[in-house]
Amino acid sequence: MASETTQVEPKPVETITVKVNGVSVEVPKTTPDWQGNPVPTTILQACQQASKEIPHYCYHPKLPVAGNCRMCLVEVGMPAMGRDRKPVLNEDGTPVIQKGVLPYDPSLPRGAIACATPVAPNMEIYTDSDNTKMMREAVLESLLINHPLDCPICDQAGECKLQEYSVEHGQATSRFVETKVSKPKQVDLGPRIMLDDERCILCTRCIRFSRDVAGDDALGIVNRGSYNTIAAYPGERFDNNYTLNTVDLCPVGALTSKDFRFQMRVWFMKETKSLCTSCATGCNITVGSRENKVYRYEPRDNDAVNASWMCDHGRLNYKWAQREDRLKDCLIRDEKGTQKVTWATLSKALIERLNQAEKGSVAIIASARATVEELFLIKQLADHFQAITDCVARQGEADRLLVQADKNPNSQGATALGLCFSEMGIQIPSIEQGIASGKIKTLLCLGEDATKAGLDVSLLKQLECLVASDILPNPTVEVAHFVLPSCSHLEKRGSFINGKGRIQKFMQAVQPSGDARADWEWLRELVVGLTGKPIADTLPGVFNQCSQQYEALSGITWQDIGDLGVETKI
Amino acid sequence: MIIKRTPLNWLERLYIPSLINGFKVTLSHFFGKKVTMQYPEEKWTVPEGYRGAPYLVQDSKDRTKCVSCQLCEFVCPPKAIRITPPGPEVNLERGNIEKEPAEFEINMLRCIFCGYCQEVCPEEAIFLQEDYSLTGQSREEMIYDKKKLLELGGVRDSKVKKWDKKAADAAAQSAH
Ligand code: SF4
Ligand code: SF4
Ligand code: SF4
Ligand code: SF4
Ligand code: FES
Repeated sequence: MASETTQVEPKPVETITVKVNGVSVEVPKTTPDWQGNPVPTTILQACQQASKEIPHYCYHPKLPVAGNCRMCLVEVGMPAMGRDRKPVLNEDGTPVIQKGVLPYDPSLPRGAIACATPVAPNMEIYTDSDNTKMMREAVLESLLINHPLDCPICDQAGECKLQEYSVEHGQATSRFVETKVSKPKQVDLGPRIMLDDERCILCTRCIRFSRDVAGDDALGIVNRGSYNTIAAYPGERFDNNYTLNTVDLCPVGALTSKDFRFQMRVWFMKETKSLCTSCATGCNITVGSRENKVYRYEPRDNDAVNASWMCDHGRLNYKWAQREDRLKDCLIRDEKGTQKVTWATLSKALIERLNQAEKGSVAIIASARATVEELFLIKQLADHFQAITDCVARQGEADRLLVQADKNPNSQGATALGLCFSEMGIQIPSIEQGIASGKIKTLLCLGEDATKAGLDVSLLKQLECLVASDILPNPTVEVAHFVLPSCSHLEKRGSFINGKGRIQKFMQAVQPSGDARADWEWLRELVVGLTGKPIADTLPGVFNQCSQQYEALSGITWQDIGDLGVETKI
Repeated sequence: MIIKRTPLNWLERLYIPSLINGFKVTLSHFFGKKVTMQYPEEKWTVPEGYRGAPYLVQDSKDRTKCVSCQLCEFVCPPKAIRITPPGPEVNLERGNIEKEPAEFEINMLRCIFCGYCQEVCPEEAIFLQEDYSLTGQSREEMIYDKKKLLELGGVRDSKVKKWDKKAADAAAQSAH
């Protein structure tokens, strides 16, 4: 849908001028709230625009404001008003500013919580005055009164806001000599979540997320005063498809993921920008890995796709890439048996073999899990052989938040590059008949298991040449004449077009296992060897070559995709 | 600067006075108090606080004090330490001291006895002890695992019994 949008003059934004630490900043009068509705700009947002960070726990831009942790208290001053409702002026003509005083005098403006207090014209905000510091120290002291200081055994250590703010804004020593309140530890809240109540600072982010974003009002606070405790509804498990987002939201180590619990310290982990491949949404993620082992996925903010969330299913769907039984060897199988060979031998033999294939006698089953670059190269092969092509559809259930019914991460890419029709799998019966009638003699099964698509092993055995590439063993690979071990998305770079037509890219997190090699590399070798076409020898080069040839991608270069992706003309 | 070399006189050229002087020193040691030691059969007793090889210690209740916080692994300059945390299973036997390492290895070929691990440890679980000369027949043998480190380390209680105090507080509070 390449609609020509007519340029509408943007409405002038109404602004308010405030002073942050004596520097004037002009901020818009309203800012979108967590649902995108305009609400008055708060002190915290004004300070963010002035590049002054205000410590906060309960505030989160994607959640309703609660204002309960008091961490964001700042000293503010307002122009004093005379009886005539006009600002009182100093002798030099500047307005008199009334600051809050501590101890608190009810007749004067005092410290305000930055997350929930709208800015007013000529307000003065002091983010590092002595009074602000005093308030921060007091808030942290009260938060730490009953905190267990479990840092050595706490998974959050290293990315804990309580640690960070205690270092930056807290006091060096504790004055608390009484006994700390002890609360339940190792609480089994749900199938994927473990709660440590002692560490909780009662910011209610988890409650608000579950209730307002996930739509499952599962959590609440029970008991009173310092015995306040987060709990699930009695007898209920905290179990929806978004529970693990509360682990990210929790500023301390109260909510921990059972999957990641006590696996690795966060400071050892390398972070790689990547994408979730479990459905067509393409949630942006950060992969945490250390020494070639992947430990966790975390959502990465992208307002155009997944906001700050991802589903639990996608988040935990990474272990298959590290399975022991992964395909690691290049194999050639003939009457004499199965031979393990090097890539050089395999490519040479495969090119020789495919050179003998007649035009029209080839079929290709590609995968809608392959990247745009790979599909582009497969398309070159398909055109060369005038092959009949298709992909394999994966359908599941959608939900109202993120999950889409299409479980392939790149269906749009496969369709746009012409490897399948929008009804995926419609060509499979023709391929089946073709093989049965002997018209199709060569089948390239790239990243898919032909038996899953409905082709029988006995049928596959009728083929003169079966080429299969995959990551994990499957029945097709077992009978293929050429086996090419390929890489998961964690081990290569590439791009996907998500269900809404946004192209996004992912980076390499770990090294491939065994002889497995990024698919685009060997596909390129095949294309160059068979067709003689000039193909760029870098991945960005291949993408750029692809985008020049397809209307849907025209004008988009690899660099343009950036970290957050861009809309295509699909 | 040019140093002028004075030629040796005839007495000096005989070398005999120098030889005699040398023998005097040797003989005085020969009949004096012995200062050498039959190493490695005999060994020095090292002073207290000596920084030898780092070993893990247990508390008097036979609990491994280490909680795999991995700070020592992080701080170790030659990267001699490798810790495998225990994973998500709740170990009820350990009570509130969660997270005993599943494996803890120190590569003694890499360790430089710097003592950073002991200094950084929040649980007083690792100490540099008296051993300064470690030998082995292979590289693998020089990677000490958790079992070996604990055997060599022995028992060392801390003054502050943090976990016991916490357990006692919790028990007292749940009583009413
Ligand atoms: S929540 Fe933060 S401060 Fe508390 S124990 Fe965990 S890491 Fe330490
Ligand atoms: S469990 Fe975490 S997110 Fe929930 S209220 Fe406590 S500190 Fe906040
Ligand atoms: S003594 Fe130094 S080098 Fe040896 S293990 Fe400890 S930190 Fe590493
Ligand atoms: S610093 Fe101490 S508690 Fe932490 S892993 Fe090392 S030995 Fe264990
Ligand atoms: S961030 Fe918690 S009160 Fe403002």
